[in-house]
Amino acid sequence: MTQIAHDDSNAVVIIGSGAGGGTLAHELTRRGIKVVLLEAGARQSIATFSQNPGEAFVQLTWLEPRTTSGSSTVPEDYPGLPSWTCKTLGGTTVHWTGACPRIRPWEVRARTTYGTVAGASLIDWPIEYTELERYYELAERRLIVTRRHGNPGLPASSHFKVMYNGAKRIGYRQVHTGYMAINTRPADERGFCIQQGFCVQGCKTGAKWSTLYTEIPRAEATGNLDLRIRSRAAQIEHGEDGRVNGVVYRDENGSEQRQRARLVCVACNSIETPRLLLLSESARFPHGLANSSDQVGRNYCRHTGGFVWGVFDKPIRFWRGATLAGIVEDETKHDPKRGFAGGYHLELAALDLPSLPLAGFPCTLWGRELGFLMDHYDRMAGMFINGEDLARATNRITLNPAVKDSFGFPVAHIHVDEHENDAAMRAHAQHQGRALYEAVGAIRTATSRQTPATHNMCTARMSKDPRDGVVDAHGRTHDVANLFISDGSALSTPGSANPTLTIVALALRQAEYIARQMSTRNL
Amino acid sequence: MSTNSPFPRRDFLVASGIVSGLLAAGGPLSLIAPGRAWALELKALTSSQGAALMSVARTIAPHDGLEDAAYALVVKAIDAAASADEHMRALVASGLARLGENFASQTEAARVQALKAVESSEFFRMARSKTLGNLYSSAIAYTHFGYQGEAFSKGGYFLRGFNELHWLPDVPLQDSGPDVGQTPR
Repeated sequence: MTQIAHDDSNAVVIIGSGAGGGTLAHELTRRGIKVVLLEAGARQSIATFSQNPGEAFVQLTWLEPRTTSGSSTVPEDYPGLPSWTCKTLGGTTVHWTGACPRIRPWEVRARTTYGTVAGASLIDWPIEYTELERYYELAERRLIVTRRHGNPGLPASSHFKVMYNGAKRIGYRQVHTGYMAINTRPADERGFCIQQGFCVQGCKTGAKWSTLYTEIPRAEATGNLDLRIRSRAAQIEHGEDGRVNGVVYRDENGSEQRQRARLVCVACNSIETPRLLLLSESARFPHGLANSSDQVGRNYCRHTGGFVWGVFDKPIRFWRGATLAGIVEDETKHDPKRGFAGGYHLELAALDLPSLPLAGFPCTLWGRELGFLMDHYDRMAGMFINGEDLARATNRITLNPAVKDSFGFPVAHIHVDEHENDAAMRAHAQHQGRALYEAVGAIRTATSRQTPATHNMCTARMSKDPRDGVVDAHGRTHDVANLFISDGSALSTPGSANPTLTIVALALRQAEYIARQMSTRNL
Repeated sequence: MSTNSPFPRRDFLVASGIVSGLLAAGGPLSLIAPGRAWALELKALTSSQGAALMSVARTIAPHDGLEDAAYALVVKAIDAAASADEHMRALVASGLARLGENFASQTEAARVQALKAVESSEFFRMARSKTLGNLYSSAIAYTHFGYQGEAFSKGGYFLRGFNELHWLPDVPLQDSGPDVGQTPR
């Protein structure tokens, strides 16, 4: 295994190994750049993934405490888990479901498309869509996304048949098994989907793309990667010139370590990334690193979400089959006549038996109604709403000095007051979802409220004007020339697309930029 | 799935309380359990607290055909938490005291009403969370609800009925993908 000296000030340090950090590590190391990759979690593999849902959750999830507040229903329903992210090598690409829709052209011009919306802090992306499209294509080829570039779609499960027929009967046209980073046949040293339904527990065949068994081992094979697992970053340090020059972290023994760095890329997911910047405050950066705009942690987005359930009198067995392989695209449009800005996807979604009552229903549900729904577990169909939520400056990640993590550092506090636009969109989507199931004979429908966010975005967003965000169009912080953000934090707005594909596309683009800048000694 | 009784019959004398019962004759669990009698020793809770919590769990998540043994696992989890945490012990005691001594023997409607009255309390939130978190994760529950659990060890459902639903029309190829019969290469 490659070892890079702790005092090697020529190292690129990447913090986090998920869609952004893992991809970036591969892209830089294959270009001959020495990288230290810090990952807070342990290393699992397709052999070690637990197939017990409760155990798998503990094995993969970021379980350090987080606190939450705001008018959203999340603090009431999920006080202990306001967000569901990973702490494991590969990050959330281990538990993601593989859905790869693109953000749409009008969505990257959110401020222009939606106009001035009171109570929102919308901006346009600083990237032209045609530019983003180029990297979407590269990312889709890398991940082998179904229904793109000649790849076939996934076959329809029983569960998707219900969604499909309901959607068609209420007039939807764009309904299919999705753009999925899930192999339909063995390819790229990954297996194919055997429709086992255990996507979020870690894919045992490797059919679903994850940096854990693609980008990271390939980066290791270059001989340019020093991977340090169970290593949690605590602070990014800078020199007198204001450039970052090292990362302080705790190793697997809890001992403090310091890695010197030529440049630092932060990819810890959109809650821990701003937390790390805020924890890195100094005399020179008293409000946190790269935070002269006071935008670090603000504009937190998580997608307007929630489940819609349909109960039928005939078996469906929705746990069989790729969990999210089904999508309705028709509502992904900006049509103010619906009563809100932006659009949403309806995505097929099943939950295993232990998880359904915990994640699928509001805390107000109990008694005979709960009993009825669970008694029909084998006759249920489900979908997940994935809609654009509007950025608000006051929806933000801050440090909570009253609660400390296991190393004694303040934890992240998540505050969200939902915009009325989000509520209007959710109501519309729930109505459509119920109508879809009723069109194919549902005897009952039910909904959840907002669920713990798996999509966390925009807390260090790209902006043309440094006053509006934290990073430029290449993810380089406006304040610090050799500090980059390489995860979903950098999205300017969330759009209505599951974020992983966009994060990978931006990481591919950022890697080209960093390599070019390093080769010309600009970095 | 385990073929052992979920409850070891250990020395009851060290236990603080006990809940026990019989598996329903002919029920799914009776076919795999070594005997019909089951007992759960409690480390921190009394027998009457255990019985009351069983009733709370059944009121929160009522499934008429589901064995008491499944609900006992909820009590087991609460007892484990109470034995490790003074606050939990006090929470159970005060919460059950508020529901009254006869809670378990009341009609379901009366039990629902009693729980409605404390719905926003910390005790109820704990009880709901422990019930939902433990009732549906056991082998008993998997069997009862017909859930098949992990399928990797059996080759998934690719060749075992992932698309066997026939009460709706099939999805045309352009909106799905090649299935078993058309597996490319």
